[in-house]
Amino acid sequence: MPNIYVPKPDSDTVVYVRDLRTWFPVRRSFIDVVRRRPPLYVHAVDGVSFDIKEGETFGLAGESGCGKTTTGKTILRLVDPVGGIIAYRPRERLLKEWEAIGYHPKFIDEYKSVDISKIPSKYLKPLRKEMQMIFQDPYGSLNPRFTVYKILEEPLVIHGIGETKEERYDLIVRVLEQVKLTPPEEFLNRYPHMLSGGQRQRVGIARALLLQPRFIVADEPTSMLDVSIRAEILELMMELKERYNLTYVFITHDLALARYICDRIAIMYLGRIVEMGNTRRVLENPLHPYTKALISAIPEPDPRYRKILRELPIKGEVPSPINIPPGCRFRPRCVTYDKTTEIQRYCETDEPPLMEVEKDHYVSCWLYGTPEEVRELVKK
Amino acid sequence: MLEVRNLKTYFYTTKGVVKAVDGVSFKLNKGEVLGIAGESGCGKSTTAYSLIRLVPPPGKIVDGELVFEGRDILKLSEEDFRKQIRWKKISMVFQGAMNALNPVYTIGDQIAEVLMLHKHMTKEEAMKEVYKLLEMVGIDPKRAKSYPHELSGGMKQRVVIAMALALRPPLVIADEPTTALDVVVQAQIMNLLKRLQREHRMSIILITHDLSLIAEMAEKVVIMYAGKIVEYGTAEQIFLNPQHPYTRGLLASIPRLTGDIHKLEFIPGVPPDLSNPPPGCRFAPRCKFKFEPCDKEEPPVIEVEPGHYVSCWLHAKK
Repeated sequence: MPNIYVPKPDSDTVVYVRDLRTWFPVRRSFIDVVRRRPPLYVHAVDGVSFDIKEGETFGLAGESGCGKTTTGKTILRLVDPVGGIIAYRPRERLLKEWEAIGYHPKFIDEYKSVDISKIPSKYLKPLRKEMQMIFQDPYGSLNPRFTVYKILEEPLVIHGIGETKEERYDLIVRVLEQVKLTPPEEFLNRYPHMLSGGQRQRVGIARALLLQPRFIVADEPTSMLDVSIRAEILELMMELKERYNLTYVFITHDLALARYICDRIAIMYLGRIVEMGNTRRVLENPLHPYTKALISAIPEPDPRYRKILRELPIKGEVPSPINIPPGCRFRPRCVTYDKTTEIQRYCETDEPPLMEVEKDHYVSCWLYGTPEEVRELVKK
Repeated sequence: MLEVRNLKTYFYTTKGVVKAVDGVSFKLNKGEVLGIAGESGCGKSTTAYSLIRLVPPPGKIVDGELVFEGRDILKLSEEDFRKQIRWKKISMVFQGAMNALNPVYTIGDQIAEVLMLHKHMTKEEAMKEVYKLLEMVGIDPKRAKSYPHELSGGMKQRVVIAMALALRPPLVIADEPTTALDVVVQAQIMNLLKRLQREHRMSIILITHDLSLIAEMAEKVVIMYAGKIVEYGTAEQIFLNPQHPYTRGLLASIPRLTGDIHKLEFIPGVPPDLSNPPPGCRFAPRCKFKFEPCDKEEPPVIEVEPGHYVSCWLHAKK
C-alpha cells in the first residue's frame, strides 16, 4: 500500500507548502450579482504540497496555465492564497528584525518554521529580504527610465541598507561584479535598452541578490534568451547558489533543461502536482500519464527520427481552470483512463492524492493505489 | 525548384544600413524540407520575407537572384509577382500569425477570402473548399463559423496553416510555426506539417531558432549567423558531423532529455551589430578557435564533404 505524500519538515527544510490554494475571482457582471449567481474562481493553484531543502533546486514544471508561476508568486506572498500553509524557517537576521518592529511570529513546528501565509502585510517587508524573485522577462522587468545604478539602488533604499550613498555605491559595484557585469563602472549609467538580453537578466539576478536572500524563485529565467547564452546565465545562477548557499525554486516549461538544473521536480497540471520526485527518476521513468505525454512531445536534435509522426498519448485540450472536472482533473484528456476500465470509477469520482510509488517518487494517479487504501491511510 | 543566389536584403535606417541578409545562397528541390536555423537577429525571417518579396520598409532586396521553377522571380513586376507567385506558388505561415487573425470575421470567411480573390470563386464554392481545407488540418468543418477568440492557440495555428495551403502551393515557408505554443500542441502541429508535407509532396522551408524542430523535419539545413550562412548541408551532416564552431556551440548548448548530463556549453558574447559588422568573419569575436586571418578577411565557403559547405578559416587552411 503506497504512502500518501504529506510534507514533513526536518532540520534541512527551508520551505514547505501544504494544500496551498490560490484562486482568483472572476469578474461578475451586474446581472450575475442581481440574479445571485454564485461567484466563480480561477483555480490557479488548487491543493499543492511540497517541501524544499536548504541548498536545493526545486523545479516546478508544466505547460502554460498549469499554475507554476502562481505557485511561485504565492510562496513569496506576491499573491495571497485562499487556503493552505506556506511554512518558512526564518534566519536569525529575520527574527531579530521582526522583533524590532514588534512582530512575534508563532512557530508551527519544532524547527521554528513560521506560516508566512498568515503574516499581516505590514510585517512582510523584512521577509522580502529573505525571499526574492528573478523574473521571466528581462525586457519587461527593468524600469526603462532607470539606469542600472538606480534599478539596483532602489531595493537598498527601500530596505534601508547602506547608510550613505558611498556605501550603497560599493554594494552595487560588488553585486555587479558577482554577476560578472565587469567592469561595473561601465554598466552603472546604462539604461536597460543599452544592454543585451543576457546582460539585462544579469541585472535582474543582481537585483535579487543585493538583499542577500536565502531563497529565490526563478521564473523561467532563460526562456526569453537565445539558446547559445542560456547556459551562461544558468551557470552563473548555479555558481551563486553554491557561493551564497541559496535555495532555488526553478519554474520552467522545458523538461530537458530541468534535467540539468533541478535536484527534484514537480510536474503540475491544472493547479495540482501530478508527479514529484528526483528529477532524473521522474523524467527517465515517468509514471503519470500526463508526464508521459509531455515527455513524448519533446523534440530532440537528432535527425534519425525525421518525419516520423510522434505518438502523443493525450487527447483534447486543457479545460478551463474555472470549471475543474470532478474526480481526477486529468481524466478528460487521459488515454490510460480510456484503456483501463478497472480504475475508471475511481477516476470519475475521487481526486487522487500524491502517493509514494517508489522511494521519493510521488504520483497522483489511481493506477498506483485505490481510494479505499487511501481512506484507510488517512484514518490512521 | 528554388535556387537562391547571393541574396542581399538591407534595411536603410536613419542610423545606417543594416545588412540583415548579406549574400545568402541555397538550393531547394521539389518535395524537400529545408530548415533555416539561427538566433534572433541572424536574418532568417528576413530571408523568408525576401522569398515572397514582402520585406517591410525600410528594407530592400538589393542584390541576388531567386530562381523559382526556372525563372528569376525578383525580375517580375510587383503586379505579376502577386498574381503569379505569391500564395499561388509560394505561401507563408507567418510568425505569430495566429494572433493576427481578424477578430470580427469567422475563420471560414477569412480562409474563403483567399480563394475568392485568387481563384475568383463564388462564396459558395469557396466555402466548400474551406471545409475541405479545415478537415485537412484537423479541424471539424463545423468550426468554420467560429471566431478566432473561440479557438485555442493550437487551432488558430491550424487555421493559419490552412490559409497558407488554400491555393495548394508547391512551396510553403513556415516561420516559427510553433512559437508560443505548449510542447504538446507544438508536437501536434509538427505532426500535421509532417503529414501534409508527405501527402501533398510540398516543399517546406522551416525557419526556427529551435534546432530540435529542424531535426524533426528537414533534409537540408542552413545555419545562419549575422546575416550570413555559416554552414549548409544535409541534416545528418549538420547534426552528426557539425564543422563550424558556431554550429557546434549551438548544438552543445541544447539540453537533452536522454543520455549523460554533460556540462551545457555556451557561446560567450553577443551577435554583432549588423549596421557595423566586424571585419573578417562575423563570428570571430565570439569564436574560441579564432586565429590570424579570422578578423581580417571574410572566410571562403569550403565544401568539406559532398554537399556540406562551411564558411570558416579553420577549414580553408586545410
